[in-house]
Amino acid sequence: MAEQKTMRGPGGRRNMGPRPKLENPGQIMKRLMGIVLSKYKFHLVIVVIGIIVSSVVQVVSMTFLKTLFDTYIAPLLTQQNPDFMPLAKGLMEISGLFAIGILASFIYAQIMVRVGQGTMYDIRVQLFNHMESLPIKYFDTHAHGDIMSIYTNDVDTLRQMIGVSLPQILSSIIQIVSVLISMIVLNVPLTIMSLFVVGIMMVATKHIAGMSGKYFVVQQTSLGKVNGYIEEMIGGQKVVKVFNHEEESIAEFRKLNEELRDAANKANGFANILMPVNAQLGNLGYVLIATVGALLAINGFGGLTLGGLIAFLTLNKSFTMPIAQVSQQLNSIVMALAGADRIFKLLDSEPEVDEGYVTLVNAKKDADGNLVETTERTGLWAWKHPHKAEGTVTYTELTGDVVFDDVDFGYNDEKIVLHNIKLFATPGQKIAFVGSTGAGKTTITNLINRFYTIQDGKIRYDGINVNKIKLNDLRRSLGIVLQDTHLFTGTVMENIRYGRLDATDEECIAAAKLANAHGLITRLPQGYDTMLTGDGANLSQGQRQLLAIARAAVADPPVLILDEATSSIDTRTEMLVQKGMDSLMKGRTTFVIAHRLSTVKNSDCIMVLENGSIIERGTHDELIAEKGKYYQLYTGNLAENA
Amino acid sequence: MLKKLTQQVKEYTKASLLTPLFTALEAVVDTMVPLAMGRMVDMGINQKNMNAVFLYGFTMVLLAGLGLLFGILAGKYAAYASSGFAANVRDAMYTNIQTFSFANIDKFSTAGLVTRLTTDVTNLQNAYQMIIRIAVRAPMMLLFSLIMAILISFDLSRVFLVAILFLLIALSFIISHATPLFRSVFKKYDDLNASVQENVSAIRVVKAFVREDYEKKKFGKAAENLYHMFVKAETLVVNNQPIMMLAIFGSMLGLSWLGAHYIVLGTLTEGELTMMFSYVMGILMSLMMLSMIFVMVTMSSASAQRIVEVLEEESSITSPAGGITEVKDGSISFKNVDFAYSTGTGEPVLSDINLDIKSGETIGIIGGTGSSKTSLVNLISRLYDVTGGSVLVGGQDVRSYDLEALRDQVSVVLQKNELFSGSILDNLRWGKPDATKEECIEACKLACADEFIQTFPDGYETHIEQGATNVSGGQKQRLCIARALLKHPKILILDDSTSAVDTATDARIQEAFRSYIPDTTKLIIAQRISSVQNADRILVLDNGHVSGFDTHEALLSNNEIYREVYESQTQGGGDFDQKGGM
Repeated sequence: MAEQKTMRGPGGRRNMGPRPKLENPGQIMKRLMGIVLSKYKFHLVIVVIGIIVSSVVQVVSMTFLKTLFDTYIAPLLTQQNPDFMPLAKGLMEISGLFAIGILASFIYAQIMVRVGQGTMYDIRVQLFNHMESLPIKYFDTHAHGDIMSIYTNDVDTLRQMIGVSLPQILSSIIQIVSVLISMIVLNVPLTIMSLFVVGIMMVATKHIAGMSGKYFVVQQTSLGKVNGYIEEMIGGQKVVKVFNHEEESIAEFRKLNEELRDAANKANGFANILMPVNAQLGNLGYVLIATVGALLAINGFGGLTLGGLIAFLTLNKSFTMPIAQVSQQLNSIVMALAGADRIFKLLDSEPEVDEGYVTLVNAKKDADGNLVETTERTGLWAWKHPHKAEGTVTYTELTGDVVFDDVDFGYNDEKIVLHNIKLFATPGQKIAFVGSTGAGKTTITNLINRFYTIQDGKIRYDGINVNKIKLNDLRRSLGIVLQDTHLFTGTVMENIRYGRLDATDEECIAAAKLANAHGLITRLPQGYDTMLTGDGANLSQGQRQLLAIARAAVADPPVLILDEATSSIDTRTEMLVQKGMDSLMKGRTTFVIAHRLSTVKNSDCIMVLENGSIIERGTHDELIAEKGKYYQLYTGNLAENA
Repeated sequence: MLKKLTQQVKEYTKASLLTPLFTALEAVVDTMVPLAMGRMVDMGINQKNMNAVFLYGFTMVLLAGLGLLFGILAGKYAAYASSGFAANVRDAMYTNIQTFSFANIDKFSTAGLVTRLTTDVTNLQNAYQMIIRIAVRAPMMLLFSLIMAILISFDLSRVFLVAILFLLIALSFIISHATPLFRSVFKKYDDLNASVQENVSAIRVVKAFVREDYEKKKFGKAAENLYHMFVKAETLVVNNQPIMMLAIFGSMLGLSWLGAHYIVLGTLTEGELTMMFSYVMGILMSLMMLSMIFVMVTMSSASAQRIVEVLEEESSITSPAGGITEVKDGSISFKNVDFAYSTGTGEPVLSDINLDIKSGETIGIIGGTGSSKTSLVNLISRLYDVTGGSVLVGGQDVRSYDLEALRDQVSVVLQKNELFSGSILDNLRWGKPDATKEECIEACKLACADEFIQTFPDGYETHIEQGATNVSGGQKQRLCIARALLKHPKILILDDSTSAVDTATDARIQEAFRSYIPDTTKLIIAQRISSVQNADRILVLDNGHVSGFDTHEALLSNNEIYREVYESQTQGGGDFDQKGGM
């Protein structure tokens, strides 16, 4: 099912192209209905039939009164011994019709729930699956709140539209059309008057809804302001306390709160009067039509009978209601289309480019010392490199040899943040990056695993251009402990196992011990079974980092990237962690980013970065001898220590 | 719970009472309309009496006018009352939150408080408006329609009773079964969205571990689960419509059959039967509405519950009445202090701490991750209260001070610090509202912040973005120190406040403290030995216990933990970050 959906994605993209904001609601609607129809064609046929049947029965029920009076009661009044049999028969017939209407309504409602919720399910899964395929850049350039709002608000408005608005509009239209036809049949001039009244109602609705809408926008803006203020102040509540700043904070809040109250008052005030205004306009219309109709009927103009007039008046009442309903639902459709537009924008975002064909396999050496592919985990990995032209496959041992050849990179083409980066890490080396905030340390490591695509130059991994390596295999070969630690809702054990899903409990615990996290975990209320929620909010930053290191350790990756992985861990604990990691990474390549000298000093090569360029490189001793930037920093520190 | 909320109606009581009044009047008018319509048909059209037509027509115009007036008034007052009520609730919550102690804040998460103040209050506002408006209108309509129907024909009204009974039973069955279903659906829905949120913010981890397929599978399963629960709940609720149709159609058939008999007997007119049809619609519609309101109110009761929790939360730390307002000097004593977090596991994080710090001393505090350094200093300005023993400042128990006076004299630079959106000067003046620009510059010079502020094009007027995203970590820390200095406190506490500042600048800040505020007691928590080694004494904490409290030299010779930390740092110790980063 998932595959079928990703297939549909690119097709849709070609059709849509870049689309300005809600310029083409028809197109959005078409695409949306396409999604619904693709799976629920049969369901929808039944739903439409059900709606038609139930609406027709409802219209019949409105005119039933006339039939009752004219066909059944009138004859009864003329009879000496009233015979109620025809009436009984008539009621039986009509009750059969009613039963059909009720049944149709029941069936279509039941099916519609499945169509609506099923579509929501499809859209949610499509959204999520597509989101997972998007490049990091997408998440850099879109506010996380906005992305979340697509899942919550936009999908919800869509549910409202598909499940409620569309069926109701269809049923209303059927009612309007059949009532209108009946009205025209009864009397044309009165119908025109009725339409005139409806016209007035629509103008009034448009005006009031417009005012209300205007203030709803103001309300949303003030709500946003209040939200922002609350978020900032409550987030900094502890600072507020420390500075005795409570009263100032309340005073400012009161101002914003009053603005919000005022806007909400006006917006809701207008929205609230819409219903009574329309209802009373409807009543006035009724009086108008009744009076004019009575004049016509009593004076015998226009062939209007009394019975006809009464029937017309009943119809007129049931004419205005569905119209009011449609205008109400139209609003929610416009909102839903705006939501759908945002949903489609996410679905149309370009996924990560992956044209790689070199894959990572477990390997072992056969008797002749040749690499052969194997299914078990041997601790030895190889790149499987198929050569299409010759139809052969070669294996290259994964050693962790990384070469940057004149790499330029910028988050966009205008601003290059890394210039002419040249570096080579030979297998088993520990390479360190040092430099001030914003020098580009993290960026370089993000290029190795292709979180971002380089503008110029080449990155080779064991001699293979990283672009040729299948994205997932490339990343699988690199263990990363990121600067910002993120943990997931679940137990501590599950969080560690995230590194390698088939790891046993024992392996996870061993990894935790290696990362020096075992002690802290056993002190938690339920040890390894302690639930972590809200990104591990119940742990300190240092504890979270230790868990993240354990997670990377259990993955047992051929190459490891540590991005400020120990920044919040005290130096004593860090030394223990380092020891563990060093033994884990023996013979494998490690990239380390750190601002503590102790973390990087024993590296095989230290790169000093400044403003996106490598300005010095070498071992600690070489750099000291070079008496450059590194020397300056290092001796500067020593001078402080003395 | 209800009382706590109704207390917030306050100045909107009048509007809250006028709304149901006008709504009731509107309902009366609305029930008169079918009567006038029926009479118009009976007396006017059927009798070919134009005068009667005009008379009833005029009555209807009058009724429409009144209905419009009452309707508009009810709508306006409802909006006024509900938006005002919501504003009062927000105000009361926010004011109460401002009294919260650190322990209270820990109990509710920041995100939790924001949701309670916004989404939950909006839900409450809608429910309130619904209650004072529609919840009054619907039973009124029901009552008046019933009265009118009984007045027209008591015998025919029996049909209504059957229909009402049927509808009541059917709807309450649906509601009672659907409400718990929806509750669990929404819970699941929240969980699903939380997992999306997690994926959005941790996308790098997901991608780095190539867990896209794993996450997709997890999400797919949760979404499918949600689908089934939604379908179960909604298929139950959508039965409303056919049930309603059944009640209406049943009543129509019943009315027709009995009505025909009464008309033949001459006890009922055709116009009256027409009216009965209108009233039966009105009655059943209002029942339907009542059931909807009932559902919505139960849904919003969860929000109300969450709001009341905030309103009822009492600060765990309050200022004593007539507390001491003068802090004599900057001396600090810990006497047999024990401390445990009320939100934690209950295990003590500090036990049996005894310390004496003289006024004007500089104290360094060192200890491993989780050794309770922050917990210790937080007791001094009463950000938390001890669970045993006592903390003295200036010779008096901190609990005997007026809270504001104490915190004015004990200035803390928090570890997780915040700047607020506004200019640099605005932020600095948190420390001293009436500080002149010169004073601010002075403080910034001490904190080594002046040097980088001068490089900003707008200098001290530079706007700080929300979350201080436009200054580096080191710059932010230095601004926070300057802000705390402006208070001219007797005690200054720096909780790992120079971790992102390079070593050389850190040393200059320490030097400035020594020369310019020698009388202020200074407590400095740090990871770097270099930040504390020049302190008068250094406190070494280990797992909530004092491991050593002495000078640098003495600790080096007699404290193993301290020596280890020192050695781990001097073998190429220190830090690489350059001056704050530009």
